[in-house]
Amino acid sequence: MWVTRLMTDVFTTERSVGLSDFDTLAALESEAIHIFREVAGEFERPVILFSGGKDSTVLLHLALKAFWPAPLPFALLHVDTGHNLPEVLEFRDHVVEKYGLRLHVASVEDYLADGRLTERPDGIRNPLQTVPLLDAITENRFDAVFGGARRDEERSRAKERIFSLRNAFGQWDPKRQRPELWNLYNGRHAPGEHVRVFPLSNWTELDIWRYIARENVELATIYYAHQRPVYQRDGMWMTPGSWGGARDGEVLETRSVRYRTVGDGSTTGAILSDAADNEAILAEVAASRLTERGATRGDDRVSEAAMEDRKREGYF
Amino acid sequence: MSDLLRLATAGSVDDGKSTLVGRLLYDTKSVLADQIDAVTRASVDKGLSTPDLSLLVDGLRAEREQGITIDVAYRYFATPQRSFVLADTPGHVQYTRNTVSGASTAQLVILLVDARKGVIEQTRRHAAVLALLGVPKLVLAVNKIDLVGVDEPSEQAQQAAAAKVFAEISAEFSHLTRTLGWPDEDVLEIPVSALNGDNIATRSDRTPYYSGPSLIEHLESVPVDADNSGEHAVGLRFPVQYVIRPRTPEYPDYRGYAGQIAAGSVAPGDEVVVLPSGIRTTVERIDTPDGELAVAQAGRSVTLILADEVDISRGDTIASPGDAPEPVETFDATVCWLGDKPLRPGARLLLKHGTRTTQAIVGALTERFDEQRLAADPDPETLSLNDIGRISVRVAEPIAADDYRTNRHTGSFLLIDPAGGNTLAAGLVGDALTAVEVGTEA
Repeated sequence: MWVTRLMTDVFTTERSVGLSDFDTLAALESEAIHIFREVAGEFERPVILFSGGKDSTVLLHLALKAFWPAPLPFALLHVDTGHNLPEVLEFRDHVVEKYGLRLHVASVEDYLADGRLTERPDGIRNPLQTVPLLDAITENRFDAVFGGARRDEERSRAKERIFSLRNAFGQWDPKRQRPELWNLYNGRHAPGEHVRVFPLSNWTELDIWRYIARENVELATIYYAHQRPVYQRDGMWMTPGSWGGARDGEVLETRSVRYRTVGDGSTTGAILSDAADNEAILAEVAASRLTERGATRGDDRVSEAAMEDRKREGYF
Repeated sequence: MSDLLRLATAGSVDDGKSTLVGRLLYDTKSVLADQIDAVTRASVDKGLSTPDLSLLVDGLRAEREQGITIDVAYRYFATPQRSFVLADTPGHVQYTRNTVSGASTAQLVILLVDARKGVIEQTRRHAAVLALLGVPKLVLAVNKIDLVGVDEPSEQAQQAAAAKVFAEISAEFSHLTRTLGWPDEDVLEIPVSALNGDNIATRSDRTPYYSGPSLIEHLESVPVDADNSGEHAVGLRFPVQYVIRPRTPEYPDYRGYAGQIAAGSVAPGDEVVVLPSGIRTTVERIDTPDGELAVAQAGRSVTLILADEVDISRGDTIASPGDAPEPVETFDATVCWLGDKPLRPGARLLLKHGTRTTQAIVGALTERFDEQRLAADPDPETLSLNDIGRISVRVAEPIAADDYRTNRHTGSFLLIDPAGGNTLAAGLVGDALTAVEVGTEA
């Protein structure tokens, strides 16, 4: 039968040489590139959410690869809480310049200044991102919004589809998700709705770091160990900034630290570390007994369902 | 051997799937201290004396309220041998569509039964769905084996009772899977206790009647196709996703056809045929941002540069001329109906196959599958939610499809509601249903 003949043909010639280098990272890369191209093929106005963090930086790296040698057919959208570490904003602007990208910024500060949003008593800005994000999606008529979320981050994210339909309020309804079959993604949506797309769904934190090391992806400097003035609060090492600094009983001291995630400066902490290059970080992440969020994200400690609740509101 | 294995779980409610998955994560050290702390805290809050590992995975509010799994969740774990992507699917009958979702990409499925209940209706239903979807490898985890024979007077008598139960369940399951078309070497039954960890990471000395590998040993070593496309290879299938035309000063005339190879492999110099037009040309180059490739195989996203300027756009398929599928406008297919409203003959829908979405009209409904009898009833009036049936389909633009049993990627399609946009059916081109009916195929 021809099937047998063909198999023999394929697997006994030198062609099988290419199979061995198709490892986990190559498979994940190919899957992500496929997702980017599906969106480019089926949507009118996609945009990439870019925070300057490692996941969105890897996301952008994969997007550039998906369309090479053509320019990236998407713009970037950054929701700026006003509490970003300066190095992250510098990195954002550097990347935009380096690749000649288009950048939209939705600013929480603007919303606070004109009264559309009110500062929370605890000063945390992350929950305030939702309104500027949804407004930016509506105003720019974005119909697909790429995010760097990974399913290994948190239990409710583990339930997220790669193509996730959102209503006009940006809401996610976990009980009414579309089945996702084979690699056939259904991007149909009504006017006013949009689809969140997560090409890194199947990546773990370790995959991300292995890929950064393998591809030599340039990251914001805060990911690498450096000396900075920090103070300790709730077991996390915090950086002073426009959001405040050390309070009574908290001591500002210079330590060697690095960040595992990029988030709001008021609620995201650094870890003590001497890991100054990708190799050292890989070793550190592999040995860590804490998840990145458990270690350094105050906003996920609020309740058992903190992230699910934010997603229902339209946050990622 | 591929170092990434995609697997799924299936089984009925309360068989302990979430506990098994929690145990897999725990035993492969994929759970970190803060996650364990959170589960321990929540377990204490519920009045439990030991950590409830199912809380590691049941993440939604409604799931914790009801103590059940609602939606497919994806889990990641790794051992030194392999990385695993696990789709953890719910067992409730009303969520069969999620089992279909989880299993559509799986190279292996772990089906759970409760040792005290054995092979039940839901087991048969799930096995039939998995056979239909062409899942290559199957593991039956006979869970709660430690609860069998607990009334026996001695440990020896308890083990004897458990051995008997395990042998009976294995025999019944082997008969079922053979009937459904799996070769014996693709199916393994393992007695386990997810709660205690027996035969999960390491072989248990409490099951001396079982001499096979532990679950994780088996997952680490089971051979699977690298391209995840079933047992039968076909030649090149390259659904064109996107045409890359930079029009930049550096690349003024560049025209590349981007896509992910769905089957077979391709190398520069290969003759190819473009479907549905039938135009033939030659592959000049395989481009990636990391350089040209000498060969690219199924699963890899690449860009093909062709020797001739031919008219190719998204939705077309580039195939090897020797075994290229004939583009068709009408065909028979098996569908798992996932819509809340029933399917009736004459329905006007959208069909997505590969990178092509086209209008479709459903013709006759010819069969509806009865999971009880593992046989089909002719001429149903409708197909309802979770029904599996055979239909005929007519499409507005021809599609270049293979039989699903030949290739999972090029033989599968979605039916989509043109009004609401929801996915209404998982579709399998060809005679897939015949294969799971008793006696029709060995």
